[in-house]
Amino acid sequence: MRFYFHLLLFVMAGLVVAFAPLPVPPIAPQERTFRIDARQFAYSPSELKVNPGDTVTLQLVSTDVVHGLYVDGYDISIEADPGQSATLTFVADKQGSFRFRCNLTCGAMHPFMIGKLTVGTNNWLFRSLGLATLAVFGALISTKQKA
Amino acid sequence: MTKIELTRNPFIKNALKSRYPQLAVFIVMLVGYIFAILAGLIGTPVGSHNFSIVFVWIAWWAILILVAVPFFGRGWCAVCPIPLPGEWLQRGAVLTPPEKRPKWLNLRVPKMFRNIWLQNISFLLLALFSSVLLTTPNITGIVLAAMLFAAIGLSAIFERRAFCRYLCPVGGFIGLYSQTAPIELRIKDKQICVSCEGKPCYNGSQAGYGCPWDVFPGGLTKNTYCGLCMECIRTCPHDNIAVNLRPFSADLAKPSTRMDEAFKAFIMLGSAMIYAGVLLGPWGAFKDAAYNVGTSAWFIYAVIFLSIIFVILPGFFTLGILKAKSALPLKQRFASLATALIPLGLMFWVAFSLSFVLTNASYIIAALSDPLGLGWNLFGTANAVWQPMLFSILAPAQTLALVGGLIWSARTAQKAANEVKVSSIPVIIYSFIVTSIMLWLLL
Ligand code: SF4
Ligand code: SF4
Ligand SMILES: [Cu+2]
Repeated sequence: MRFYFHLLLFVMAGLVVAFAPLPVPPIAPQERTFRIDARQFAYSPSELKVNPGDTVTLQLVSTDVVHGLYVDGYDISIEADPGQSATLTFVADKQGSFRFRCNLTCGAMHPFMIGKLTVGTNNWLFRSLGLATLAVFGALISTKQKA
Repeated sequence: MTKIELTRNPFIKNALKSRYPQLAVFIVMLVGYIFAILAGLIGTPVGSHNFSIVFVWIAWWAILILVAVPFFGRGWCAVCPIPLPGEWLQRGAVLTPPEKRPKWLNLRVPKMFRNIWLQNISFLLLALFSSVLLTTPNITGIVLAAMLFAAIGLSAIFERRAFCRYLCPVGGFIGLYSQTAPIELRIKDKQICVSCEGKPCYNGSQAGYGCPWDVFPGGLTKNTYCGLCMECIRTCPHDNIAVNLRPFSADLAKPSTRMDEAFKAFIMLGSAMIYAGVLLGPWGAFKDAAYNVGTSAWFIYAVIFLSIIFVILPGFFTLGILKAKSALPLKQRFASLATALIPLGLMFWVAFSLSFVLTNASYIIAALSDPLGLGWNLFGTANAVWQPMLFSILAPAQTLALVGGLIWSARTAQKAANEVKVSSIPVIIYSFIVTSIMLWLLL
């Protein structure tokens, strides 16, 4: 009986950690422009950080072959021919961390040509770490009880 | 512990006992395998449009790590095409044993190789070259062909399936993780085996071959080395073999004490973490180093790779369990407690593969129509555009896998610690730390 009670407590706590809404501190949206150089098989810079609500302009410049840039979760993309540049503007209205990746086959390591866009804080990572902590807590408590 | 004997169902029983259903799958697999070799060698050099890369490293890998291993253990080995040509030559038959068997050498594998260290090494060799292997059709074709020929060669020299049991780079980790699967092949009644004359399950008979995996079914206590080939179901004259549905990870209740298996757990855990960082991370320099085999950057990458697996991960683990008050030698505690990393490592691979597979699955649709990348359009899908699949569930699924794996590994740690009479807390904290790193790498 007690076991199920504890399990229930932990599941509830887990749901809170995973889904409880977090307050979003109001930050005035900005306009941001990034110039991203693309080469086989990397972007530079490869990590971008913006605030939620920002209007983001990506200027993709390819330095060797044709490359693309597709943003996971936003489902938007651009392509840049060798030596050329292309721009993409969007509003970063989804919070969290998103990979961006080349979407035009550009050579062997193409599927792993990846960068990362973080909009605001990467809440899902912190929620996941919270869940992991909770899980370990539960395990340690159950060890104590058995001992 | 409740078990359900699946072989009590006459339909399942007959389907496993008959050689024909398995043979049908074998033929499909072998044709696919040979086609993958040819596609790799003659098809387009562009990996994401070549059957060999797309069907081996995306489709097969997804099925293997997300379905076959977690739910069917060595189920893949039951239908794997790699050992077939060698095995058929060795047996001189494709179906039941022939009147006259061919006279191959039939040597016993030397004692020093009868462990999984060769498999650990073969896996690491492929792992160090994996960025090239995963993306270059030629290399994939050559490696697939090399495995086929190595299996034939070993079948000609040694008895049974020496390649599967001691060399296959994939077989090593499938065996390790098969212990977590809810399926097992076991005997029904020990007493029957004790009084059974001739032990045809091990020695073979008119009805079938002695265990190709060099296992005595009567002594099976874990899935690791049983290839689910179903030969013993065919040979046992007393109908004493059962395939059971059982709770997940039942084998891990009795932890292993073998160093080769303990290190296998670290190798797999570490490789999943390294791949998550190098292949899926945003750091171009790592990718360059991993891909440019032979350059000094690659040598540094290789050294770091091996140190993470052989020094850093096992080192911190050892530090954690060093102080425990226990009568048992450190080596034995190390090997037993490393059992906790088996479910964790499996879930690391699941989380890593989910991202890789869902992102690239749309290549399968295109490659189906144009497997060689020669501009064919067999089913009208050759121009299917690349599009990541199920993005919205990816991160939650990864968290579920990793946190679930952590809980699973904590429970395993508690059982293993109980067996060796030490505290499970250091192992649980260790699992928490590596899980946190993996979460950070993937999310
Ligand atoms: S043949 Fe059957 S009864 Fe005989 S030892 Fe093997 S499993 Fe047991
Ligand atoms: S003969 Fe039986 S014990 Fe041996 S590998 Fe095949 S299924 Fe497993
Ligand atoms: Cu590219």
